[in-house]
Amino acid sequence: MSDTHAQTVAFVRHTEIPPAPPPPGQTGAVKWMRENLFSGPFNTIMTLLGVYIVYTLVVGIFPWIANGVWGVDNIRECREITQGNGGACFAVIEQRWQQLLFGFEYPSSEYWRPTFAFVLLFVAVAPVLFLNLPRIMLAFTGIYPFLAYFLIWGGTILIPITALLGFVVGYFAFRRLERNSFAAGLFGAVAAALITWWVTGFLVQAAPNFLALPEVASRNMGGFMLNMILGTVCVSLSLPIGIALALGRQSHMPIIKWICVIFIEFIRGVPLITLLFVANVVLAYFFPPETSLDLILRVIIMITMFSSAYIAEVIRGGLAALPRGQYEAADSLGLDYAQATRLIIMPQALKISIPGIVNVAVGLFKDTTLVSVISMFDLVGMIRGPILSSTDWAGVYWELWAFASVLFFVVCYGISQYSQWLERKLQTGHR
Amino acid sequence: MKTSVFIGALTVAGLSAGVAAAGTLDDVKARDMLNCGVTTGVPGFAEPDANGEWQGFDVAVCRAVAAAVLGDSTKVQFVPTTGKTRFTALASGEIDMLARNTTWTFSRDVDLKFEFIGINYYDGQGFMVPSALGVSSAKDLDGATVCIQTGTTTELNLADFFRANNISYEPVPIETGAEAVQQYLAGACDVYTTDASALAAQRANFETPGDHVLLPEIVSKEPLGPLVRHGDNEWGDVVRWTLNALITAEELGVTSENAEELAGGTDNPEVNRLLGTEGTLGEMLGLDAEWAKRAIMTGGNYGEIFSTNIGEETPIGLARGLNAQWTDGGLIYSPPFR
Repeated sequence: MSDTHAQTVAFVRHTEIPPAPPPPGQTGAVKWMRENLFSGPFNTIMTLLGVYIVYTLVVGIFPWIANGVWGVDNIRECREITQGNGGACFAVIEQRWQQLLFGFEYPSSEYWRPTFAFVLLFVAVAPVLFLNLPRIMLAFTGIYPFLAYFLIWGGTILIPITALLGFVVGYFAFRRLERNSFAAGLFGAVAAALITWWVTGFLVQAAPNFLALPEVASRNMGGFMLNMILGTVCVSLSLPIGIALALGRQSHMPIIKWICVIFIEFIRGVPLITLLFVANVVLAYFFPPETSLDLILRVIIMITMFSSAYIAEVIRGGLAALPRGQYEAADSLGLDYAQATRLIIMPQALKISIPGIVNVAVGLFKDTTLVSVISMFDLVGMIRGPILSSTDWAGVYWELWAFASVLFFVVCYGISQYSQWLERKLQTGHR
Repeated sequence: MKTSVFIGALTVAGLSAGVAAAGTLDDVKARDMLNCGVTTGVPGFAEPDANGEWQGFDVAVCRAVAAAVLGDSTKVQFVPTTGKTRFTALASGEIDMLARNTTWTFSRDVDLKFEFIGINYYDGQGFMVPSALGVSSAKDLDGATVCIQTGTTTELNLADFFRANNISYEPVPIETGAEAVQQYLAGACDVYTTDASALAAQRANFETPGDHVLLPEIVSKEPLGPLVRHGDNEWGDVVRWTLNALITAEELGVTSENAEELAGGTDNPEVNRLLGTEGTLGEMLGLDAEWAKRAIMTGGNYGEIFSTNIGEETPIGLARGLNAQWTDGGLIYSPPFR
């Protein structure tokens, strides 16, 4: 076959002609710009408009940053230096950053404690967020809340230890009594924990200074630390409560169902700010002056109630999205309710609910700034109150709010990136 | 552990709540800490500095009371309150006294059941406008948009003033003073109204103070003073006479520097009674003899407190004006120590 025409043509090309370069207008950056930026009159106008907006922004913001003033003591000195050249007064952040992060009453010699707790937070949540880490790290996650309390609030180490001990005793009591019945286990665990706390309470009272860090009262917490405390505690508490509420709402037992429905609907029908005012103002009327419940605790309870109602609805959406067949398959395997929920239903429902849960979590974290309205000095409260109304810094707005935005953006963007990673990892469908 | 203690305490306190209502002085002494309500921040009147220490004109009153009662001006727990939460905080017993430039009015005194123990600053509501607006009297402000802090007497005074003069306005309600200033500077409103002292203080911090004028009208009386709950007169007396001691000290020339020296005994019997070397005034209050001396030595007498926090040498730059001693033509006047 190969030699059929071997003698009939004078020249046979054995190699391929090298490709000619594309016309100048069809390659590289020029082509990309023509296709993406100038592919028609409308897009050209939009591109030029966009470039103009970006240019104005850069021209506006660049001198603000480049001429920024550092290292002065108050806004008057700042203005002397800038002389109206549009420079920012970053000195306020330099001078007050500790207050923005920790609040103005947290003793400065103890700043390492919340910082250390913050670093440990990553160690503690890592095994929860990343399933390929060694499971033994979960033990640290269990200890972390007590450790963080000890670090941030201080006092004797006996308080968190005895609190932890109560939970451990309760857990073992539950394991022992669970074989009889679930209810017996639950009540037995509560009783055992209470007895432990009651007994060890005497120990704490006997040695109030045993291995104690200097105590910091709740009202001295502030700054971004307060937002982090409220955000972390409320999100991690509202997830299990939200799951319980969502399951309760689907329960066949009417009392449980109606309690859950009323709770969720009531909380969702009330603005968070109202709940915070109740926590701050109205509850004070019900408690005698000297025994008022800690303000942070009151706020944590209110925000947790609020967000768990929302998370319950998100998870209910996930439950409703599961095909009926999944429930029936679980039943046909002979699993009881707890097993079916734990092994079949919840893993799938939670996977569907991830975007919604993250949405609630991010929203909740930002909503923690609402506590500034009830005169708690979180990051926003610090800016609105003490710093903006100090004689030295009244009138410095943009720099402070920009700083606050950056802090919140970093955290919220991190949460959102994690959730997208998790969704990709759990993606088992073929879409 | 904590829960059980809490519940137990709740029960006990609940049973004794009716009894425990009186006796704030004893409560404060037992607690060894004065809970004093202040603002979340008003320049010169109450503001935490870079080290987190509260400073200011109202704060000085709290410190003086703590020094008089507990012998230590640092034993104060400052509870920051907003315009909305201040009265509930006091009524519920969360704070022992409120020193938060609060205007003494009939309804607050009578209806809200508080007791104003005196006046530490005579203020009045004024208006600030950009000079570019070309307004020289508040009566020319027909149809203006007005930035105003919510939940304050200024809001009500404003309505009264405009109604009385039969002119219209559009209020722009704002939560804090700092935000109101920002809104005003950003042009969200033509006029900013609040107490004249605050207007002057805030204008001093503007980038170009000359571009803004204070209108001559002062449309209200704003006597600002500390207050306590109704029905505990012993405690009210302690706070009232601590403030009076500061005022009397200025009148008699007792300062933080010479108080120690004068306490050795002087020819002036009123100074002696004030500083506790003569008479039993402290005992009558349920305090020791040197209570007033300690209060004066904390931040100085009324005049010293004024000049270090809001006086003309400070960036706030307020003149004494109505707040001069009565001997200098002002309204600051204390009943005699006798």
